[in-house]
Amino acid sequence: MPKCEKLNKVCEKLEQYESYRKFKAYADKILGLGNDSLEKTIAIAVALCLVCAVFVSMAAVALKPLQVSNKELDMKKNILDVAGLLQADTNIEKAFAERIEAKLVDLETGNYADGDANAYDQRKAAKDPAQSIAITKDKDIAHIRVKAKLAKVYLVKEGGATKSIILPINGYGLWSTLYGFLSVEADGQTVQSINFYDQSETPGLGGEVVNPNWRALWKGKKIYAETEQASSEKGSLGEAGVGEPALSLIKGTVDSSKAGSQYQVDGLAGATLTSTGVTNLVRYWTSKEGFAPYLAKVRTVKGAN
Amino acid sequence: MSELLNDETKKVLTEPLVENNPITLQVLGICSALAVTSQMSTSLIMALALTMVTACSSAAISAIRNHIPSSIRIIVQMTIIASLVIVVDQLLKAFAYDVSKQLSVFVGLIITNCIVMGRAEAYAMKNPPLESFIDGIGNGLGYSLILIIVATFREIFGSGKLLGIEVLKLTKDGGWYDPNGLMLLPPSAFFIIGLLIWAVREWKPKQREAIEFKIMSISHGEEGGHH
Repeated sequence: MPKCEKLNKVCEKLEQYESYRKFKAYADKILGLGNDSLEKTIAIAVALCLVCAVFVSMAAVALKPLQVSNKELDMKKNILDVAGLLQADTNIEKAFAERIEAKLVDLETGNYADGDANAYDQRKAAKDPAQSIAITKDKDIAHIRVKAKLAKVYLVKEGGATKSIILPINGYGLWSTLYGFLSVEADGQTVQSINFYDQSETPGLGGEVVNPNWRALWKGKKIYAETEQASSEKGSLGEAGVGEPALSLIKGTVDSSKAGSQYQVDGLAGATLTSTGVTNLVRYWTSKEGFAPYLAKVRTVKGAN
Repeated sequence: MSELLNDETKKVLTEPLVENNPITLQVLGICSALAVTSQMSTSLIMALALTMVTACSSAAISAIRNHIPSSIRIIVQMTIIASLVIVVDQLLKAFAYDVSKQLSVFVGLIITNCIVMGRAEAYAMKNPPLESFIDGIGNGLGYSLILIIVATFREIFGSGKLLGIEVLKLTKDGGWYDPNGLMLLPPSAFFIIGLLIWAVREWKPKQREAIEFKIMSISHGEEGGHH
């Protein structure tokens, strides 16, 4: 067999080196020892760790590029999905390049910030003390503790004009931090869609935040109160004054004949804590702490450009 | 093929399916069977991943079984199993990203799956690599079989679908079937596995365990001695 010959040749070459011969002699000695000797125990443990470490790191390094591109593709898919541009046969890369533009927004002022938006990673920036701000406890209704100073928003283009704006949102549900996108129409007030791409809520209950039927309920809902809104549920959700975020999940089904139903979405059955978490994170990110200054500017300029 | 599979290997391969099933007879690996079976697609990937890990780790452990110092035996097995699980997790992230997102921590938890350790300890430490590999495949298949049965029930009755394809039309989509929410939660797998174990033991009475203690009826003084 040619393979064996090659291996033998390699071995012959290695024989020329003193250290290899020493290593081989030592290995033979160790393997000859009884299984209970201390030296063999330590030698086997070290050798095994080395072999396993090399094996694992080789797999990790070799597969890294594929994993990174998977992640990017998945993110683009989610963005197109929340923008309502995703069909079964959509070419994700092409549609993304044509229709979506990433921009950085300074959360405090609501102005666009300079910088390479495509390379910016908001989740990473939130963990970097230099690029993030700690949120004071009384304001932290989404329980995220820190937020990045700059947020990465996506503008959905149609014929040169901005059709909708996609805002990144995150906050704590029951088990996990939910990461997602809220897509808002160019009026900065009407919700187009919502999409959570990273969550580990209970499958079938809180995990239903990814259910397309439930997500469809968000379409056309209004974010900011046009008239004063009373607390929709005793204790759990505060009332909202004019211009404050009023959107919330309620228990049961929304009665569309009632006043204020444009600010309400059906809660998730059997998942009260996830529903409260979603309300809080949507309210947080649409408040002054989040995108309110930006959306206010969008409204006055009429269109995000 | 028939030469390759002599009687012994055939026995090793098929026995874990019903006769010596890791879940219904050995009652191992229940934890993940509860967690991943709410959908068929995740169950299939989990079953495949576990079969691969059990087979490869059994083969690897068996290859070095004569040189494993007994004092660090378990930790050596764990190291090999953990390395393989990490590699499987990395492979899933690279080639089946969506599924790996759904399975999340459960792939990592294969490390603590009792079936893998159980086979390493019970079979691979005493048998040559090829047989150990086949034994791992057999036990993986036994686990897969139960997972598939449980997932079939849970997905059909829990969400009216099978592999994401609609089977029973749900009331919320204008159909007639009102889904059973319990089926989506892990405890339902307990009931299904319990019923399965009962069914298998009715079919193969040999698997019934001998009663260790006989429950005595409380005998009153004047009735003493009666049975």
